Amino acid sequence: MTSRLRRRPLGWPRRLARLVLIVLALVFLLLFLVLPLTTVFIEAFRQGVGAFVEAIRQPEALSAMRLTLLVATIAVPLNVVFGVAAAWAMTRFQFRGKAFLGALIDLPFSVSPVISGLIYVLMFGAQGWFGPWLERHDIKIIFAVPGLVLATVFITLPFVARELIPLMESQGSEEEEAARVLGASGWQMFFRVTLPNIRWALLYGVLLCNARAMGEFGAVSVVSGHIRGLTTTMPLEVEMRYNEYDYVGAFAVASLLALLALLTLGIKTLMEWRYGDELATHAPGGH
Amino acid sequence: MSILRQRVLPGFGLSLGYALTYLSLIVLLPLAALAWKAVGMGASGWLQLLSAPRTLAALRLSLGGAVLAASINAVIGLLVGWVLVRYRFPGRRVFDALVDLPFALPTAVAGIALTTLYAPQGWLGRWLEPLGIQVAYTPLGVLVAMVFVGFPFVVRTLQPVLASLERDVEEAAESLGARRWQTFFRVILPLLAPTLLTGFALALARAVGEYGSVIFIAGNIPGRSEIAPLLIVQKLEQFDYAGAAALGAAMLLLSFVLLVLVALLQRWSQRWAESSR
Repeated sequence: MTSRLRRRPLGWPRRLARLVLIVLALVFLLLFLVLPLTTVFIEAFRQGVGAFVEAIRQPEALSAMRLTLLVATIAVPLNVVFGVAAAWAMTRFQFRGKAFLGALIDLPFSVSPVISGLIYVLMFGAQGWFGPWLERHDIKIIFAVPGLVLATVFITLPFVARELIPLMESQGSEEEEAARVLGASGWQMFFRVTLPNIRWALLYGVLLCNARAMGEFGAVSVVSGHIRGLTTTMPLEVEMRYNEYDYVGAFAVASLLALLALLTLGIKTLMEWRYGDELATHAPGGH
Repeated sequence: MSILRQRVLPGFGLSLGYALTYLSLIVLLPLAALAWKAVGMGASGWLQLLSAPRTLAALRLSLGGAVLAASINAVIGLLVGWVLVRYRFPGRRVFDALVDLPFALPTAVAGIALTTLYAPQGWLGRWLEPLGIQVAYTPLGVLVAMVFVGFPFVVRTLQPVLASLERDVEEAAESLGARRWQTFFRVILPLLAPTLLTGFALALARAVGEYGSVIFIAGNIPGRSEIAPLLIVQKLEQFDYAGAAALGAAMLLLSFVLLVLVALLQRWSQRWAESSR
């Protein structure tokens, strides 16, 4: 009965409705997503390739790129180690307060980026909890690189853990138990069984974590102090140039970030097509 | 089995201990500092802060704009999700991948791009201006940026549910004589409502605290197009740590209340979905 219904050809009102819906959705996607993305590149090259190259070769732009790379290189591995540890504890053992731990891991996604920066200013800023002590020992955290790293770590904390937890939950621990029973040491089991099983999901988490770490603006802006050449990451450099009416310069740096976003989307989509079964079916995370 | 597992698998103390220490240092302790500073301001300070017209206007814009943006995203997200899951057309996979663009594009980049597009001389602003619609540097611009950043949430939460929705139910309804729109509103929508609300809540939480994509297009006119996170930044710049902390705490509390409301709505819609089965 159902198969007969399914084979029934669609009448023209249904086909028209279908066409209208498709066109509406595509027009929205083009106007709302594709157009802003295109604008970034068009504005970046508005005054030609020469001006673009000039804009991204300025020392402030180069130091912003170096700083963005540095911050991501510290923050991402920290959250990878945390993500693996948290996922191992959450999926392989039963303990009290597990749900609370899960909620705590997700928390940074529902906190405003500005508040994520603010909390570290309240801890380490001049009038913060540890401010006077830090000042006496001449340690700078706020308006310096450590503050940028802390804010980035907070913002990107959930990404790896959130990819790994549902996957490891669904994989179960039989293989790991077998390895142990056959005499593998804890680390042998981890590197030979656990890690190969989760590698694609781990890479996927790293990809998203890195994209957010390099692109974060709000949290980093609060702790940065906007000291040119010292504490301005690429997104902050974009802001400063834009506010100085250097539009070509702002969009030139922005186009590099947009390129990173496109690259991330491309790799992410490829991974979903190729290794879909080895990635957890995940709810969308805030990014 | 589970007793065996607890004994066979190593690293419980190490992994849990590390995760807890890390979370305490990165998340709990700094949030405690926020609460401490906010409480330390005292009742009179709070009253003064929260009764200031500028604060109230900013909170209203951030919360109201976020609710509106999430509602718009629920409608458009349903449309886009439906089209991507149900229909086959050339370029579908590319468009599907593009949905995540607002997640991947840094907010500052999105912010300056939207501003350039919607500015009076911009590609879109140029067409809207003669119609009397000004987007950039108005509350409408704030809304546009909030819709942009929250867009992927509804689509991505709906897609798996739409894909698994049994066509039998729809076909049964239609073979019983229901019209297409009746099937949609009486059968499909109730089944999707709980998921739709999950997406709505995620988009809402994102838009309430959004900063980077909003501040460029908002124009930041005090009392008119100034969002709450920007007010926090300004208080910090004036070294008013207590005021910034209190406003931050107020924002966290308000968005918590909003999300609890959405969760209640969701429970109610779940019952609706079950009763309509």
